[in-house]
Amino acid sequence: MKIRSWRFYAVCVALILATIYILPTLNPGLWPYKTINLGLDLQGGMHLVLDVQVEEALESTLERRTYELRDQMRRERIRYSSVRRLPDGAIAVRLTDAADADAFTAFQQKEFPHMDMRRVTVDQEVEFRFSIPPEERARLRKMATDQALETIRNRIDQFGVNEPDIRVQGERRILIQLPGIEDPERAKELIGKTALLEFKIVEDGYDVQDALKGQMPPGTELLYEIRRDAAGQETGRIPYLVKRRAALTGAALTDARVQFDSRFNEPYVSIDFDKQGARQFDRITGENIHKRMAIVLDGNVYSAPVIQDRISGGSARITGNFSMESAHDLAIVLRAGALPAPVKIIEERTVGPTLGADSIQKGLISMVVGGGLVLLFMAIYYKGAGIIADVALVLNILFIGAALAAFGATLTLPGIAGMVLTLGMAVDANVLIFERIREELRLGRSPMAAIHAGFDRATLTILDANVTTLIAALVLFQFGTGPVKGFAVTLCLGVISSMFTALVMVRLIFDALYARKTTVTQLSI
Amino acid sequence: MQLIKPETNFDFIGKRKAAFILSAAMILFSLFSLILHKGPRYGVDFAGGSQILVSFQQPVDVGQVKSALHRMGLDNTSIQESREGQTHLLQIRTIQTFDAESGILAALPKGLQETTGLAAEILSVDMVGPQVSKDLRSQALYALFYALLFIMVYISGRFEMKWILSGAVAGVFIGVVYLFPQIMENLFKITLPVPMLILAALILSLAVFWKLKLAYAMGAAIALIHDVIITVGLFSVLDIEFNLPIIAAILTIIGYSLNDTIIIFDRVRENLPGRGKKSFAAILNQSINETLSRTLLTSGTTLIVLVTLFLLGGGIIHDFSRALLVGVVVGTYSSIFVACPILLLWQKKQAT
Repeated sequence: MKIRSWRFYAVCVALILATIYILPTLNPGLWPYKTINLGLDLQGGMHLVLDVQVEEALESTLERRTYELRDQMRRERIRYSSVRRLPDGAIAVRLTDAADADAFTAFQQKEFPHMDMRRVTVDQEVEFRFSIPPEERARLRKMATDQALETIRNRIDQFGVNEPDIRVQGERRILIQLPGIEDPERAKELIGKTALLEFKIVEDGYDVQDALKGQMPPGTELLYEIRRDAAGQETGRIPYLVKRRAALTGAALTDARVQFDSRFNEPYVSIDFDKQGARQFDRITGENIHKRMAIVLDGNVYSAPVIQDRISGGSARITGNFSMESAHDLAIVLRAGALPAPVKIIEERTVGPTLGADSIQKGLISMVVGGGLVLLFMAIYYKGAGIIADVALVLNILFIGAALAAFGATLTLPGIAGMVLTLGMAVDANVLIFERIREELRLGRSPMAAIHAGFDRATLTILDANVTTLIAALVLFQFGTGPVKGFAVTLCLGVISSMFTALVMVRLIFDALYARKTTVTQLSI
Repeated sequence: MQLIKPETNFDFIGKRKAAFILSAAMILFSLFSLILHKGPRYGVDFAGGSQILVSFQQPVDVGQVKSALHRMGLDNTSIQESREGQTHLLQIRTIQTFDAESGILAALPKGLQETTGLAAEILSVDMVGPQVSKDLRSQALYALFYALLFIMVYISGRFEMKWILSGAVAGVFIGVVYLFPQIMENLFKITLPVPMLILAALILSLAVFWKLKLAYAMGAAIALIHDVIITVGLFSVLDIEFNLPIIAAILTIIGYSLNDTIIIFDRVRENLPGRGKKSFAAILNQSINETLSRTLLTSGTTLIVLVTLFLLGGGIIHDFSRALLVGVVVGTYSSIFVACPILLLWQKKQAT
């Protein structure tokens, strides 16, 4: 048989490719190819799954539309007796004069065409009920998730993380992977903050104590300022009665920076408004001189300074016992903008760098020891042929590593276990072939005939047996996440490369060793 | 060197009654243990909650750690101690989950140091919310079901050339398993429990494969289910936690155990044409014996690497390699003593 068969070329190509792809991992910078990606469990880092509370986005949309509805009706001079929210979320409008009904219908079609309107009669009065149609709901939900993703990506970029992976998972979940993160708690706080900044006028005309007892004037709400001591422990809560409707929100921001107040020796965040926001801020401060304006972030009052004068510069400052770090993070979230809806962390997996390094070391040690034992066993049991198989086994590891780098797959701790396991299982193909050759020899065939028969008859069996492992590994790949997926990948690669090495490479070596000799009398097997 | 002499001829099939009793006993024992422990012991992935791995450089009093945790608002914690070299590891488990705002994780190292007087380092945190753990549970069940179904299709196709028939059956089952819960949910507002659904689908698909006389697939599938039940049962007996990597291990065992089964079946198929007056049982025996050397060698080398992983791989893959160890042993046994006798049983049924 000719040595330079297709097998020869296949093995050459495989070896060259493997060397090209594996080199950067062994010696970074040598080659412009990528190194093997290490999973978060090996290099340390954080894996988060967030649930975007999309229903809250719907709720705030309805809330906003309620205000818009009132404003627009006032502008169009349609008189109403009430505009209120129903328990099921719909907005109910009652007109003062039933004769306006037709005008109102025309108004709805012009101003609020994206909302469903039903006309019902309650207590002999005509009531119009507005709700968001299902397609619109779905669109809003999707938009909330997409927007949240974009905002979080912005925040993480500004925070500075190497190669973060952020993507939408399913309908309303966001998957975030932050490799090598040093302060996971701080990152979590930065990501999870809704960062809805609102300016609300404090209702000083009413007694807060009455409001605490439950007597709240319409259109107001109670918010608290949380006081903390230097160590961050909560020392008390101060209630404020404020107008429910925000005078201005963080949507009008163009910039937020950390500044240092040398008088109080503490940092604060200075914010700039866009043109429209600046105008609005100017008007509000002008209208409410000597009243207090609460600066509210995510429902907590940060400070409530008294408006001394009209502020027309288009900038303001947020103070409130910040540390340098927390002021910095607040500036980031304000610049990146508010999340359209709150997010909830529903899965978190953090691995510290120490544990990761430890895992790599232990994985490598078990690979060397386990692999060494298998190699030794094969060499003793099958002598010459065993050593050939050993060459194939070692190359297996090379091929798996190279394939991981080439496909940009991720190596995880279970993935290393998968490689070790592959060593044990890759022997299988060789064992099948060698046992077959031994059987053929016992039947009295010549060594060359035994080799051919052995390989040929074992090929189908090897394929059959490996396909089932491949099926299991593929299902695992489909279902698994993170570390488990890494295991599935190395298992798949291991199965494929062990078939290749056994059926192509080992055969080539056998051919090379025995084909030239015209008379082979004995095989070392 | 040879482990098994060529003329070896154990009467494996003759021992099938003893094997049957052993298998039945092990399955009953597994089920009994599972019932006694109220199902498998779920780890944080499937039960939800939090798991925090903390290391100390010196021995630490667990009671003090518990009281520190209690003061920080973490109740009902269970703590598992282990040691790796100089490092003392504490695995803290609780069913609670907490967000960044609670500040618990940020305050934990300091809180532990104040109480115990020793520096503590958080090595890893796993927190899984109830919705995610529920998703993971059903995903794991689906994965096991699909793996089994695909393998049955493959075996029917390869050994009996019934690709289309078995593929169609599997297609119908996948469709039903996928669509049925959605129909029930949308039309009748009934949410089906996934375990029940998968169990029903599994039993039904086995019944269909039986009715369609796909004997090889039946033999392999029953051997696999046998392996999975016994592995899960042994886990329950040994009180090992069920986590995602364990599911990976079980799926690997399914693939691996089948490896052995297929190699024996392959031999059976090869030996059948020239069988002459030999009985089917004798052919089975001959095939098992001819492949015995290979079966033991491969299992042996796999066990070698698994033992090194178990001993040297570190705490995180400890349970994973233990699951594989158990599975490989059970899988090798079942290929010989479960899969083959079922094939024989079927053959006899056909003959009468």
